Amino acid sequence: MTRQGLSGGGAVPRFDSVGRTAMGSLRISVTEDAEQESRRWVERLSSRGGERDAALVELHALLLRAARFELNRRRAASSELRGLDHDDLAQQSADDALVAILRKLGEFRGESRFTTWAYKFALYEAAAKLRTLAWRSREIQLDAEVWPLIVDDHGATAQQSVETNERLVALSEAIELELSPHQREVLVALALNGVPIDVLAERLNTTRGALYKTLHDGRQKLRAALVARGLGLDADTEPTRG
Amino acid sequence: MTGYAAADRDRVLARLTGPAGPQVGCEECFDQLDRYVELELAGADAEAAVPGMRVHLEGCSACAEDHASLLALLASEAHSVP
Repeated sequence: MTRQGLSGGGAVPRFDSVGRTAMGSLRISVTEDAEQESRRWVERLSSRGGERDAALVELHALLLRAARFELNRRRAASSELRGLDHDDLAQQSADDALVAILRKLGEFRGESRFTTWAYKFALYEAAAKLRTLAWRSREIQLDAEVWPLIVDDHGATAQQSVETNERLVALSEAIELELSPHQREVLVALALNGVPIDVLAERLNTTRGALYKTLHDGRQKLRAALVARGLGLDADTEPTRG
Repeated sequence: MTGYAAADRDRVLARLTGPAGPQVGCEECFDQLDRYVELELAGADAEAAVPGMRVHLEGCSACAEDHASLLALLASEAHSVP
């Protein structure tokens, strides 16, 4: 699976005479040596012939290492993942990450080391593949029937628990009355049933970004519903850019 | 009907309502992740450089995992350099 919703191609990033891009003082973590190394990566990957081939081999090795790092890290945290063919998964992740990187090479702005920029593609691919595999045989529940189970008066003795229960009751009404059917499905799947967002995106043929926007809009409605019922949360409810 | 324990109810409430405040979306999060993590590791104010990133990471578990992974990978590299 490659990352959806990201445009590819474009010009090779331009650096000025001292190898700096236009990010100013906030780019303090990128040293001049790192900038030169990043520029060299871009030049080699943008060239033709043997130099490019060598760069591709080197980059793939780095991506493979990053993918293996991610798979090992997650395998250590989950017994469900221990039976998977991790080497094959790492190879697939590195392959897909390399394709994505070459497609988006023109978008590298030199705001980080090139290798850091590249690593995130490999980590993303490995994590997304693992989440997909972990959920491949599991049913994804999109209906809202499960969510009233969150309300339980037993043990609600402390004032905080009482308030939490009041909010959950109010949220149950708001989910039914104020969310669109799509918002309700997405909220139930992601926030209540713990479905990974990219797994749901694949099942619904959409993107992680689009689903998160739906989730966010639903959450904003729920926060507003709490405020309207005098049960607002302490934090503010400013609109977002997301 | 079996209900959730108190701690679970708090967690469910947080997941339903999400974090407050302006935040970036998943696309911008991925776009800025490498820069954000390097700034964090350098001890700089990454949130000032990428406003809304921290709130998004609180609200999006998948992006939070991507962030934690990149942070861990770079940290492991830093430790492995002689």
